[in-house]
Amino acid sequence: MPEPIPQAALAAALLAPPGPGPAHPRLAIHRNNVVGGLVAALGEVYPAVRRLVGEAFFRAMAADFVRAHPPEGPVLIAWGGALADWIAAFPPAGRVPYLADVARLEWARAEAYNAADAAPMTGAALAARAAADLPATRLMPHPALRLVHSRYPVASLWAELTGRPGAPVDMARAETAVVARPFDEVLVAVADPAHAAALGMLARGATLAELTEAAGPDRLAEFLRFVFDHGLVAGAG
Amino acid sequence: MTALPCRAGIGFKHAHWPAIAADWPDIGFFEVHAENYMGAGGPPRRMLAALAERYPVSLHGVGLSIGGEARPDRDHLARLRALIDWLRPARFSEHLAWSTHEGIYFNDLLPLPYDAATLERVARHVDEVQEALGLAILIENPSRYLDLPGSTMEETDFLAELARRTGCGLLLDINNVHVSACNLGYSAAGYLDRFPLGQVGEIHLAGHAVQLDAEGSRVLIDAHDRPVDAAVWELYRRTVRRSGPLPTLIEWDNDLPGLDVLLAEAAAVESILAQLPRAARAGSEAAHA
Repeated sequence: MPEPIPQAALAAALLAPPGPGPAHPRLAIHRNNVVGGLVAALGEVYPAVRRLVGEAFFRAMAADFVRAHPPEGPVLIAWGGALADWIAAFPPAGRVPYLADVARLEWARAEAYNAADAAPMTGAALAARAAADLPATRLMPHPALRLVHSRYPVASLWAELTGRPGAPVDMARAETAVVARPFDEVLVAVADPAHAAALGMLARGATLAELTEAAGPDRLAEFLRFVFDHGLVAGAG
Repeated sequence: MTALPCRAGIGFKHAHWPAIAADWPDIGFFEVHAENYMGAGGPPRRMLAALAERYPVSLHGVGLSIGGEARPDRDHLARLRALIDWLRPARFSEHLAWSTHEGIYFNDLLPLPYDAATLERVARHVDEVQEALGLAILIENPSRYLDLPGSTMEETDFLAELARRTGCGLLLDINNVHVSACNLGYSAAGYLDRFPLGQVGEIHLAGHAVQLDAEGSRVLIDAHDRPVDAAVWELYRRTVRRSGPLPTLIEWDNDLPGLDVLLAEAAAVESILAQLPRAARAGSEAAHA
């Protein structure tokens, strides 16, 4: 009676690079299921990256990523966020220098989609508070809020790549992309560069006094309008 | 927990949400993959909550790795328990397969040898899962591509004994039966004749692809990307004539068509169920009451 093949031997063959010599000739079917299925899952999360490099390049790159960073658990919506850093260190992707940042933005969108629900706070609700309490009031970032700081026009590029109409992309422009999901839809907005520092503080949870200092007293009203218009705050304490 | 109705159901796909929410089609139940609803919030959970208000939901797990050498992951069991407590599904089902090994999740349903040691281990894992989830689960027969060495018993006997030892029910995937039988060279009808139909709480039907393997032999792939094959429909008719009506899911996960195509497949299921002799219907409904 032949002995069963240990799962370790099958497991090792599943993520081995393509080539001959799997533990069983038909194991190639499972290998295709594993790598092909995970590549397809990444393709759903990263449509703009796919557009930028083309389907064939994306599939080859994603298959390499799958072998280097396979999921550690079965909740696939939590897997794939390491692709951006991996792209940044992947020489063949070097001809598209903003590829990693576009990947960061797409992962931020995926995270925002599955983030906890919270009703966005309105500016009126904040304004209704006693003026004396405002400086010490701490704004709680909405659970879906994500920021992507880039040397490239990452949000404009993403919008163009995914067929959303916008202004022509100025490649010389650095952008901070703001990702939010105040209700059902994930939104991507471009922050005013002058607001980037204050947005970073807001994302970590900051008091109005701290935000005033970061945004500049003259620009606080404009900053808060942007924040409340995009539903970036879930409450205040 | 209420049982699933002995009707046709379809897999819930987010792309169909606008069409579903527009007129809430008359369908027996929806099935969802548990792992897709383990985010903290957002549209997936909101859609599922709205669906569950109107339809029975069958919750189908793909990540417990019940056939794995390691015990089921405690964190994943806790996530599942939380999802079940929130959703209150009519059923929870998983697979006779493994998908995780040494901290890597392979996102595929990998095969087991059918021997006494494996049965012992899988039964222990099913006990542990049922204990953690607080309910009796269904275990699904897999699609097989490889004839693994080391099996000493038939898959049907393995599943029957697993159900006897643990009290779990079975999910009979008739497309998987057809795929495995073609790939491993046995009779699907013979397999179904041996299957413990009295333990079956749900049936799955799906389409499969045909490929050539490395050696040029024809191999069927459980692709869930097209209509149910005529041979699988025939096996289904044959099965429900013996079992009576059972909750029957149309699975379609890839190359997704419009909702109307899935509803048409579901209507074909219901017409088969409606044509069953009265005696078969009465027997099954008593068993599922």
